[in-house]
Amino acid sequence: MQQPIIKLHQAGLRLGDRKLWQDLDLEVKPGEFIAVLGPNGSGKTSLLKVLLGLNQLAHGTALVAGAPPQRGSSVIGYVPQQKGFDPDLPIRGRDLVRLGLDGHKYGFSLSSQGADDKVGAAIKEVGATSYADAPVGLLSGGEQQRLRIAQALLGDPQILLCDEPLLSLDLSHQQAVSALIDQRRRQHNTAVVFVTHDINPVLAMVDRVLYIVGSKWVVGKPDEVLTTENLTKLYRTPVDVVKVRGRIVVVGGGEELPTEPHAHHHEHSAKQGEA
Amino acid sequence: MGLTFYLSQPFALHALLAAILVAVSCGLIAPFVINRGMAFAVHGTSELAFTGAAAGLLINGNPVIGALVGALVVAGVIGLLGVRERERDSSIGVVLGFGLGLGVLLLSFYHGFATEATNILFGNIFGVSSGQLLLLLGIGAVVILSMMVLYRPLLFASVDPEVAVARGVPTRLLGIIFLFVLALTVTEAAQIVGTLLVLSLAITPAAAALRLSAKPATVTFLSICFALAAAVGGLVASLASNTIKPSVFVTSISFAIYIAARIVGSFTRPRRTH
Repeated sequence: MQQPIIKLHQAGLRLGDRKLWQDLDLEVKPGEFIAVLGPNGSGKTSLLKVLLGLNQLAHGTALVAGAPPQRGSSVIGYVPQQKGFDPDLPIRGRDLVRLGLDGHKYGFSLSSQGADDKVGAAIKEVGATSYADAPVGLLSGGEQQRLRIAQALLGDPQILLCDEPLLSLDLSHQQAVSALIDQRRRQHNTAVVFVTHDINPVLAMVDRVLYIVGSKWVVGKPDEVLTTENLTKLYRTPVDVVKVRGRIVVVGGGEELPTEPHAHHHEHSAKQGEA
Repeated sequence: MGLTFYLSQPFALHALLAAILVAVSCGLIAPFVINRGMAFAVHGTSELAFTGAAAGLLINGNPVIGALVGALVVAGVIGLLGVRERERDSSIGVVLGFGLGLGVLLLSFYHGFATEATNILFGNIFGVSSGQLLLLLGIGAVVILSMMVLYRPLLFASVDPEVAVARGVPTRLLGIIFLFVLALTVTEAAQIVGTLLVLSLAITPAAAALRLSAKPATVTFLSICFALAAAVGGLVASLASNTIKPSVFVTSISFAIYIAARIVGSFTRPRRTH
């Protein structure tokens, strides 16, 4: 039996005077792929920030690799939301990846062959070699996300935290990027915590789902969590979970909720959760 | 008198040494000024270095120390009022307006040589005493050393702040430290081109370098080279012309490099392909 690499016990979070998830118990094992779902404002990103040591729990405890979360821990690799880089930003794909290796270190370093090789290998692993020397601002969202994954994996992390890494990517890039993440955790036994509003691109890879609404949450296998009964209870309003052509669609109050491809009404559903 | 005569004079050699240090400092920080969207902060700090210089002139006839204190105070105020870009720009605007007014008031009390006042605005490296020159050398050394230590985390914090924070880079603190480094550089540059023209050394070289490369190390290297060409070239041209101030040549050379870089860059630069 493997020891969990992430352990949350009775954990609760507040942002200002707003109560987010409460009494959260969660253990993530090495190599496990866990998807975090929930409406906007339900504290999914904040959960990642707790694990990164950037947010403090209001109560309860969090352990990352057996220790309280620490800023800049090398145990964790972080893939942020895809957001465009300025086309004029003077940085190439290769340089962005390199920052993942030693960008946090002070002092000057003359280029070393070892570091260059490492960066080159990480870029090759995500299949980004052909465009690694172009300015990142000129790359597509999918290309940028591949480089981000290379950047996050350079430190050889035991945990990969991904915050909506597929946002604004087209279907083929969504598949390619999630396949890279899946491959990493299978080959290196890296735990993956994957925040998303649409589980469908990663449905086949996910071991468990954490679904957060307001201060409530459910965790379990996708089939167990994503049921009409469960989500109706969570949202406290009638919700239907429908399976269409192998995709899971959640519909409530005449509108679609996470998980679905085009979220546009999350503020509303977040209020429902808190009511 | 010819150029060779001037170049054998200590005052000209000192000025050249200062110009080299100023150019290296400016060339080092300029790419970050652009990455971080801080052009207005440079302008604000240099305008208020003017206020400080006017105060220094009035109090003990030393505009360099005045400019230094003025720029540092402003960096502190900007850091306190707002580090986020939008907040920062409006707070700079507020402080800038008041500070310049104060500078004009201070100058109206000053009854020394009128050229001293124009030197603050438009620069005159030849008018700097050897004591002040030593101070400039010290400032230049501090800027260059700080940038060497901070280069990587500052680059990380500037281009990729979210991941930098996650990797433990103190992005906020680095932002404030950079403001102070900027203030020091501005004070230095103001001695050569004057407080009104600092942008031509603290932005233009990097703006030109950006047209030619996207590799951070290359951009920094080119930016330093361009700043050196403008500052040193401007000094030598001024000596040769005998009458025209260095700042005229420095700004012109800097601008010419920028135009040339744009033209060359329009042929060589990769474009968005999708």
